[in-house]
Parts: sequence; structure tokens; C-alpha cells
Amino acid sequence: MAYKLNVNGRVTTVDVSPDTPLLWVIRDVLNLHGTKYGCGIGQCGACTVHLGGRAVRSCQTPVSAATSAPITTIEGLSADGTHPVQVAWQEIDVPQCGYCQAGQMMSAAALLARNPKPSDKEIDSAMNGNLCRCGTYLRIRQAIHKAAEHGNTASARTVQTAEASGIK
Amino acid sequence: MSINRRSFLKVTAASGGGLLLSLYSQPKASAQGRGRGGPFGGPEPDPHVYIKIAPDGTTTIMAKNPELGQGVKTMLPMLIAEELDVEWKNVKIEQADFDDTKYAGQFAGGSFATPSNWVPMRQAGAAGRALLIKAAAQNWNVPESELTTSAGKVLHKASNRAAGYGELADKAWALPVPDLRTLKFKDPKDYTIIGKPLMQRELPNIVTGKPIFAIDMTRPGMLFAVYQKCPVFGGKVVSANLDEIKKMPGVRNAWVVDRPEITEPVLPQDPGLENGIAIVADTWWQANTARKKLQVNWNEGPNADASQSSTAFAQKADELSKQKPQQTLRNDGDVEAALSSAAKVVEGAYSFPFISHAPLEPQNCTADYRDGKCEVWTNSQIPGSGRTLAAKALEVDEKNVTLHMVRGGGGFGRRLTNDYMVEAAYISKLAGAPVKLLWAREDDMAHDYYRPGGFQYLKAGLDNSGKIVAWRNHFVSYGDFDAQKGQVKFVTAAAMGATEFPQRFIPNYALHASVQRLGIRTGSLRAPGSNSFAFVIQSFIDELAHAAGKDPVEFRLALLNSAIPEPATGRGGRGGFGAPGLNADRMKGVVQLAAEKSGWGKSKSGKGRGMGFAFHFSHQGYFAEVADVSVESGNKVKVHKVWVAADVGSQIVNPSGAENIVQGAVVDGMSEMMGQEITLDRGRVVQANFDHFPMVRLVQAPPAIEVHFLKTDNPPTGLGEPALPPIVPAVANAIFAASGKRLRSLPIAKSGFSWA
Repeated sequence: MAYKLNVNGRVTTVDVSPDTPLLWVIRDVLNLHGTKYGCGIGQCGACTVHLGGRAVRSCQTPVSAATSAPITTIEGLSADGTHPVQVAWQEIDVPQCGYCQAGQMMSAAALLARNPKPSDKEIDSAMNGNLCRCGTYLRIRQAIHKAAEHGNTASARTVQTAEASGIK
Repeated sequence: MSINRRSFLKVTAASGGGLLLSLYSQPKASAQGRGRGGPFGGPEPDPHVYIKIAPDGTTTIMAKNPELGQGVKTMLPMLIAEELDVEWKNVKIEQADFDDTKYAGQFAGGSFATPSNWVPMRQAGAAGRALLIKAAAQNWNVPESELTTSAGKVLHKASNRAAGYGELADKAWALPVPDLRTLKFKDPKDYTIIGKPLMQRELPNIVTGKPIFAIDMTRPGMLFAVYQKCPVFGGKVVSANLDEIKKMPGVRNAWVVDRPEITEPVLPQDPGLENGIAIVADTWWQANTARKKLQVNWNEGPNADASQSSTAFAQKADELSKQKPQQTLRNDGDVEAALSSAAKVVEGAYSFPFISHAPLEPQNCTADYRDGKCEVWTNSQIPGSGRTLAAKALEVDEKNVTLHMVRGGGGFGRRLTNDYMVEAAYISKLAGAPVKLLWAREDDMAHDYYRPGGFQYLKAGLDNSGKIVAWRNHFVSYGDFDAQKGQVKFVTAAAMGATEFPQRFIPNYALHASVQRLGIRTGSLRAPGSNSFAFVIQSFIDELAHAAGKDPVEFRLALLNSAIPEPATGRGGRGGFGAPGLNADRMKGVVQLAAEKSGWGKSKSGKGRGMGFAFHFSHQGYFAEVADVSVESGNKVKVHKVWVAADVGSQIVNPSGAENIVQGAVVDGMSEMMGQEITLDRGRVVQANFDHFPMVRLVQAPPAIEVHFLKTDNPPTGLGEPALPPIVPAVANAIFAASGKRLRSLPIAKSGFSWA
């Protein structure tokens, strides 16, 4: 069946069966590989994308339920990698393997969009669906606070790398 | 660290930052030709291989090892760049392919990246610098001794001349490489790169979702594959509804793979190509949807037996514990006499479960077989072994298998076995097309090389002064027992070293072992052996401290002070790798540092809050850890803070990566202790996915984990693994301090505990 999807501002039509999870449409039909497969049952959050601005698990979202609102993947979070979350993630040197981090950043970006200055408790709650097998949680929390400091004006901000900022 | 190059290091165990390698004599067949020298052998570092300098001075450095999150793709080039004496901002990093004619030790495991590359990578850089100096000396007709370097330039101070490396590189790279042993390394006080907190160079790609992981590979005309194996290890397909499967949407083909001649182990503990069903389709979802419609008549084989169930294992272990041990691995002094004359005797029966590695990127591999050659894109931790297996399955020479090393989403030891690589290669040959094989999460949990479970029955005696005078451990594990020889053979990664601590610190010490048969595969999980032994040893020492009425830290220091002077014989404990166990002085250093930093003894335990202490030596690293924990009603556990004190030698190469990986090890250990357990039911793994195999989430992670490195005058060693083992007993001992409940069985969720 044909489905019209708005992904990262581009409208495309895909021809897949209705039960195909959005994850596999994004990865294998649209060839956007930043969104990751980890469990397929909505437990790990590696597949998190925005649907109408809300963080959803794309492995649990059939393509037939994804036509009503624009979809944003990690590739569409910013044009040039300067979303406050992307900047903060680099400043704090968050990742180890990095496999979960697209999902973590999409959850964090959705949180900050609705709550620009989240408390630790609000972060805990918003990020509860995202597993990090490497255990980078302390830096994830730190980076969300840092992104909140940067606010939503970071499109003009250049990435201050970890070495320049002398991260600890 | 001196490794005889003629020695061959056999990979017997490993993890995301580490494996355990054991020395054994090199087999004749591999003495010549490919794979020579094993993980540590191979060519000497050659600057021509590692370094390219463009005319504008931009320096490209090859990263030779597999990157799975340990940070080696940044860390190893840092070592080269430092001694080459270039500015880090002018360095570009390129991932090397697997090539044992150029590179040595292309594997990820055993926390070996730092100790085994600390010298050779700096040699590569220093040799490059020496060539650049020689080229400048010839250009200017001055003695090399008058030249210095700084930030990518050769300088002649006397004449105030300078030449950028980019101007010199062509000439320099045409010169012969100097004898590596004549090179002089920098004084660490002059370091500009080593010891600085540098971000992983891959970060800009990670945060923008670039296709950098193995699972992201695509090839023109590529098909997607799934591979269904029998839920019981060793089971085989009798018949399957493949005609129906082949008609499903998007499915291109399906096969029963049955190659008994290559399902015999090609490498130790690696079964090669297992029997199963391959399905290829236009998309992975189509292949996996078709797989769900499979109706397979399996011959499950001998492992589908009631004895291969977790409840049966526990019963059998209990029986074995009451019988005469099958083998005595170590017997110092007279344990039985010392126990019977001890003032106080303490007993504890401990157990730990099988665990799955569960790296977040499921096993996958892309292979393109055509015309007798195969190109492979892999996230393997030990690609060389995979090449051997793939070549065997494809019936081609190893030189016809090309391996590209692609970033892996975690390893933790799982990717030290290359079953998924050989499957991908073989399916590509069957399909006549490039193939991306991707295991579902459920495939991974059902077909892992699990961390071996086990049971330890301990008994120890204290004298009137509270000193340990006797320690007896009957380790009931898995493997084969040769009754005639009276010898046990442990399954992979299950063995306990005869010199494991506290051997050599207690005059009467016995380690006995018995085994029962196991019908699943086992392998190395991050800090193999240590990840379970530390829990047992350090928890039981805590029990003894309390029985003796001593402070747990004072009690441990007293034990470390009681080393028996004669050196231990034989192989060291896990991680000792040839060396005799731990160095008591180094361990005391981190014990004291952890106690000091955590304010040990200053806050009162009890009333639901307490601090726990543990230390462990593995993979050449000394770690002591303290956990501050509360236990609320209903056994709800909160870890408020953790302090880690570590001695991994004189230098931390990248403090940012080091702190990150140590904090991650703490979180990882907490996941293992609370809820992770793989159970078996008649040879089948019961757990299928993360809903029944929980990991610590952000809200459960300690809000603070302080990491302190004690710099000592020892060569730098790794920390991917040794940071993990102490956290499990540190938290368990803190739970005891807070609640009075002694935990002797993992995971603790089975005893009614959960995270607050």
C-alpha cells in the first residue's frame, strides 16, 4: 500500500504493507540510518523519533499510523548539527558506543521543546524509555541540563568541542 | 609487560573493553603464514603504515583496532600523534581494514588496547618524527642533533629555520625506518595530547545520525537476511515449509543450511556455521515477517533434556556440593585442620546466573561474495578469527576474504565470536548477492555465548584475634569431568584461577571444583570470571569482617598485609595473565584512596542507609569501590553515590573516555546484579528480550559516580573491564550495612529486591 509521509520536511510516498513499523520504513526504504533498531518491542528507545513533535518509538508505530503528522528523525533535528542537544552532547562527550544516542537525543529534544528547564526528576521521567547499554546516564543528564542552558537559540552557536571546553 | 613474540595468545575470553588471553605455545601450523603471532603478534609498527601527512600539514592517522565504544579509535591515534609531535586539531583519523600484514593486535578485548599498544603506537609516532628530522637535516645540511620539533614543525633554532611536516613528508617517507629501539620517547611532562580529555572524534557523526555502524551498511543490490536456528543449541532442521515462505511478500529465497562438515568447531569454542534456515528478502521487515510464518520440524538433539534446566542445575549443584569435590585446584597448608581448630567458622553458599551480553546493536554483518572472493563489513571484536571461519565456510583461501572494520554498537565480549559473520558470508554465497544479515534481539538472546553461571560453597575460619586462618571454596561449575584422570574441564570463561585472591594471603587455603554438563555455549562477558568471582569473594570477606567484629576496610587492609612471602606458582588469577596475582601494595593504595574519598567510617550505617566496600584485581587493574545505598521498605534499593579508586599505572591516556567507561562499568555491574539472569528450560533460553532482561535506566543510575585515578610508577593498563567487578559486592555489602540482609545469590531481584 502507498503511504504519504512527511519526514524531515520532505514528503515522500512509500509502498509497504500497513503493519510495517515506521522504523523499518525509515531505515530500509528511506535509507535514513540514524534511527536504530535495538529490541523491536519498545523497551530500549533506540528507535525514538518525533511524530508531530512527540517522542515515539518508531518500532511500535505502524507506518499506517504515521501519516497524520510530520516525522523528525535525528538527521532532521537540525540542518547542521547545531541543535542545543547535539551541541551539548559533544561538549559533554556523552557517548561511548553511541548506538542509543540518537534515541536519547530525540527524547531529550522533545522534553526540552515542551519544558525548557527540566528538573532532574523531569529528566528521569522523560528519559525512562531510553536504555544506554554503555551506562552513560550521568553524562546524558548533564548534557540535557547543558542543552537547556543553551536554550533554543543555538542555531548560530558553533560546537565547542570537548577539548576546547576542557571537559572534566 | 614482556610478551614473547613466539608465544601465541589464545583468545579464551573477553568483553567490550576486554578479554582474557592465555598464553600457550604456538601451534606449528600457525608458526608460518597468516595469523602469525595471534592477537599480539604481527608486524612491528611502521610509520608509513600509520601516518600520512599532506602538503598542508594535515596528518591522517590510521586507527587499527575495532571500535565498539571503548574509544580506541581516538585513543590509539592520540599515542601516535603525541610522539609524532603534531597538533591534535590537525589530525584526521581513518579506520584501518583488518590486515595482519600491516597491523598487529587488531582485536578488542582483555582491556588490552592500552597495555599492548602503549609502546608500539608511540614508536610509530616517534619513528615518523625521526624521519621528518632526518629529512630536514639533509635539506639544511645540519646535524640531526641540532633539530627539535614542535606542533608539526621541525625547528633549527641556531639558524632560526622551521619547516612544516607537510613540506618534509615526501622526502622523509622515502627514508628507511630507524631501529625502533633507538627512539627516545617524550618526557610525560611535555605531553600536549596524552592525558588531555579529548572527545571521541566520531562524535559529530554520532550526534547527526550518520550511517557509521555495521548495521547501517548498504551495498548496491543488497538483500536482507534473517537466520533461524534451533532454540536448543545443536538442534537441526528436519523439515520446514520453505515453499510457503518463498511465496511471501518480498522474499527472494530461503534455504535449509546444513553443512555438517563445517559445523565442527573450526576455532576453539566457535561452532562455525550452525544448522538453520536462511531467508533473504527485499527488506529486513519482509524477511523477518516471513520467518514468523516458519513451521519447522526440529530434531532438537541431546540438549533438549530435563537436566538442561536451571532448576535441575541448582539441584545438581547442591548434590555436588555435598560430595567429594571432583578436583582440588589448590591446597595450601591444612584447611580442614585449621577449620576445626578455628575460634569461629563462617559458611556461605553463593550463586550467580548465566547472563547475556546484549550489546544494543544486535548481531549483524554485511557480506558480498562473488567469484571466489568475499568482502565483509563487520563490527567483530576479533575479526581475524572471523576471517578463518568465513574462509572455511566459503571454501576459499583466507586471502580472498577482505574485512572492513565498522563501528559496533557495544561489544562486551559478544563480538569475540564470529558466528554471525560466517552466516552472512555463507548466505551471500547462497543468494549470489550482497547480503545484510541482521539478527532480531530475540535471536541474540537465544544464541549468545553466555556468561557462565556457577555456585560457590565457602567456609572460613577466624582465630581469636579475628584473623582469617582458613579459607575453603568448593566451586561447582559447568564442564566435563574426566573421572579417570580426576580432572575437570570448565566450559569457556568459567574457570577460576588457582591463584585467585585471597590465595597467598591465607595460610590454609583450598580451592576445589566440581562440574556438571552444560548444553549451551558460554563466553567472555566484560571482566570474565571476575564479574562473578568478585561478588563471591568480596561479599564473603565482608561476612568475615562482621563475624570478626572488625571494620570492613580495616579488615581488608589487614588481609592485604598478610601476604605469604613466597611467590605464587602457576598462572595468576583472572587477569593476572601469567603474573602471580595481585600486588598487595598497589591494592592497598586504592583501598585507602577509596576509603578517604568516600569518607569511610564517618557516617553511621544502619536504619536503612549504609556504605559498602569491595576491591578486585583483574586485567592488570586495581580497583576499590564504595557504594552509598539506602534500602527502603519493600526492599527498594537506591544507590546514592559511588566512589571508584583505580590504579591502572602511570598515565591515563584520555581522561574523558576513561571516566566515562569507568562510570559505565558501575552502571553495567548494577544491571547485572539486580535483574539480569538467563535461565534454561530443557536446553532453551527462557528470556527473549529486554522486558525480561532488565538494564539499569537513568532514574536508577547513581546520581554521582566519583572516579579517582591513583597514578603509580607502572606501565599504563586498561580499564574497560577491571572497573566492573567490585561494584557488585560494594552494593551488596552496602545493602547489608543498610538492612542487615546478606545477599548470596544473584540477581538480587530474585530475593525480592528492586530499584527504588
